[in-house]
Amino acid sequence: MADPMKIRASAKEGVTEVKILMSHEMETGQRKDAAGALIPAHFITEVSAEHNGRQVLAAQFGTAVSKNPYLAFKFKGGAKGDKLAVTWVDNKGDKRTDEVQIA
Amino acid sequence: MNLQRREALKAGGGLGLFGLLAAAGLITPGLARAEWNKSAFDAKTIEETLKALGAGAPASSADVQITAPDIAENGAVVPVGVVSALAGVEAIAILIEKNPNPLAASFVLPAGTEASVQTRVKMGQTSDVYALVKVDGKFLMTKKEIKVTLGGCGG
Repeated sequence: MADPMKIRASAKEGVTEVKILMSHEMETGQRKDAAGALIPAHFITEVSAEHNGRQVLAAQFGTAVSKNPYLAFKFKGGAKGDKLAVTWVDNKGDKRTDEVQIA
Repeated sequence: MNLQRREALKAGGGLGLFGLLAAAGLITPGLARAEWNKSAFDAKTIEETLKALGAGAPASSADVQITAPDIAENGAVVPVGVVSALAGVEAIAILIEKNPNPLAASFVLPAGTEASVQTRVKMGQTSDVYALVKVDGKFLMTKKEIKVTLGGCGG
């Protein structure tokens, strides 16, 4: 299991701003190791954010997203104490979900 | 009759249902994963990517803005944001012309989510970066050149 995500969600004037920092290698599959062999691709393909069970963002990533991906977005609604859950899935089927309370 | 609009509405309705099913736990992330748009992410040129996304030839628009530095010192971590003042943006995609696969990331925005996303991408070399936005079934695009002093590929 990968390391936990860092998620910040803050509600202000009816809009919730979400900032997510995922912990992932995001290997492109184009780099070579010291022996000249290709390092297989290993990257997050999908990220989904849900506010109280309602999806507020669905993202698909390619290999060009940086290591330890950062993602920020805003949605209308959301109040202090509401739950925000973020899930990612990578190309090897590994996944992780973290949940925070909106501040 | 605007066919594109009808399709967009249908797609929108489908998404709502999907959201409901996902919320009810009927669709597992394993199933949802099959939706990853492989042909779009594997495309080698901007044109192929646009085709795989079903965008055709998008019109250039000043209502879509890219927030990114003019010069990125480190190509491995280039902050890129896409903002649009337009209402009803359904999807956003970030494309980097000179990367091996131009499509970096795509986002689907359900109703209520603002057209404002930020992430960080890798860039192999100085290139034009395109932001593609889908509004009301139509695609709009804008571009910005980002100069890279140190490439993000290799190592």
